[in-house]
Amino acid sequence: MDAHETLACLFPGGHRCAVGGGVITGCAAAGGAGVSVIGTADHAAVDIPMSLRLSAHVLDTIDTRPGMPLVMLVDCAGQVLSREAEMLGINGYFAHLLECLHLARQRGHHLVSVVYGEAISGAFLSFGLMGDQIYGLSSAEVRVMKLSAMAVITKIPEERLERLSRSAPVFAPGIENFQRLGGIDELWPEDELAERLVRALAVADRTDRRRELGEARGGRALARSVADMVRLDTPTRHIPSAHPT
Amino acid sequence: MRNKWMRPPLYPQSDARKLLRHLLDRDSFTEFLDPRRGIINPNLVALDVPVEFDDGVVVGEGALGGKGVYCAAQQGGFIGGAVGEVHGAKVTGLLERAREKKPAAVLLLIDSGGVRLHEANAGLIAISEMIRALLDLRAAGIACLALVGGKEGAFGGMGVLARCCDHVIMNEHGRMGMSGPKVIQNVMGVEEFDASDRAMIWRTYGGKHRYLIGEADRFVEDSIAGFRRAALSLMNEPRPLTLESLRGEHRALAARHGRFGACRDSVEIWRALGIGRPEEVQGMETEEFLRLPRA
Repeated sequence: MDAHETLACLFPGGHRCAVGGGVITGCAAAGGAGVSVIGTADHAAVDIPMSLRLSAHVLDTIDTRPGMPLVMLVDCAGQVLSREAEMLGINGYFAHLLECLHLARQRGHHLVSVVYGEAISGAFLSFGLMGDQIYGLSSAEVRVMKLSAMAVITKIPEERLERLSRSAPVFAPGIENFQRLGGIDELWPEDELAERLVRALAVADRTDRRRELGEARGGRALARSVADMVRLDTPTRHIPSAHPT
Repeated sequence: MRNKWMRPPLYPQSDARKLLRHLLDRDSFTEFLDPRRGIINPNLVALDVPVEFDDGVVVGEGALGGKGVYCAAQQGGFIGGAVGEVHGAKVTGLLERAREKKPAAVLLLIDSGGVRLHEANAGLIAISEMIRALLDLRAAGIACLALVGGKEGAFGGMGVLARCCDHVIMNEHGRMGMSGPKVIQNVMGVEEFDASDRAMIWRTYGGKHRYLIGEADRFVEDSIAGFRRAALSLMNEPRPLTLESLRGEHRALAARHGRFGACRDSVEIWRALGIGRPEEVQGMETEEFLRLPRA
């Protein structure tokens, strides 16, 4: 599904969203209430101007539509790979976008992400993953890196990675894998987007539940417990002692 | 008498525990979930990759200038300091603990290429969790400082996380960015970025350039003492996130892109900043460098 189709399915009553230059901004109504919309389109490689447009729309939403939910639509092929973008500090522009989204959450805006196309690596991190809840179409593609590229870098044969990825969700591409890890809350059937969005906007929880979800779904065995162990640890100073062998 | 064995250790050459020992007040550091607890990362075991009991990051509490601080220090020597499930969860746990216990500041000694590819999906989500916990901590008014001076720099999600801190402190060796030179060369070709061109890497990501364009807040010498002094001076200066402050940051970032967006090389940016002999920036001593105009 492209951006226009997705917008039409999510907001059957119509919307006022502009899609252009890889970016979606605007507003719409869901279940009779207004929502502000930001997003990326056409497998965008997110660059600095796109990032600034997204941040500006978030700040305008905070400024002029207090408390209005923000729906984030994700279709991005990652960050733009360019020496000049790096020279200007593109990571700082992405951090700014995250800070804007953080402020929106602090000010009571509900952040709901919908991955409808591709969601890859750093660009996904910089907005979609910041949602209070993150949903995905089952046709969407989520990944950090393809197995072939991972095989080259980790020097582990691709066939072996392929075999391991059938049971372990931690490294192989796929939205079901992200769901098992807690990074996607729920997969949405494409013919139910409008109802699902209305239901999602009614969720009141703003806590980061991804670790708990990942544990409950058998995707991340340790993330929740290790974070809790650090949070609650009462350490003792290290005193060397003879270990029984 | 001083000899080479007595010289204070340089930041880029020190491992995480040594760094913390020298950065913090003497004998003040206590590690949380230390390696004796033996958490083994099952995702690495499944791939027959050697594990470390700390999963490449040291977290704990100590004192800086007599005040309690929390610290996380990445081990660049272990899989490039990259973030996996356990590594990320340790840092997130530390940040959440800090929000409850309210130390004077939190220091993040970043030395990481970003997501650990062996557990890439879990690592990406883990960095997102770290960033959420970090921004929530900042909302509680606790200053979070990123120290970037190790060999691996701060790249990928960790480059983004560094800039989500209140302040970034860098030295000349430190590098910070999103995509590293090898990634850009591999995908876009050597014409876009020649990853063997060390001077180009330095001009693109290095601490001096980051300081001049305003991506880093302090530039310090390579000594751990330099980082300590900078951290001491910034630990009481949280940068609150408000609509006004983010509008200001937005204007500054847009202005940078407008002013320098057409520049092909950092040297052009430095000249545009009013630096008389920009080609001399690289070799400049710290004292002279710090007098240069910056954005």
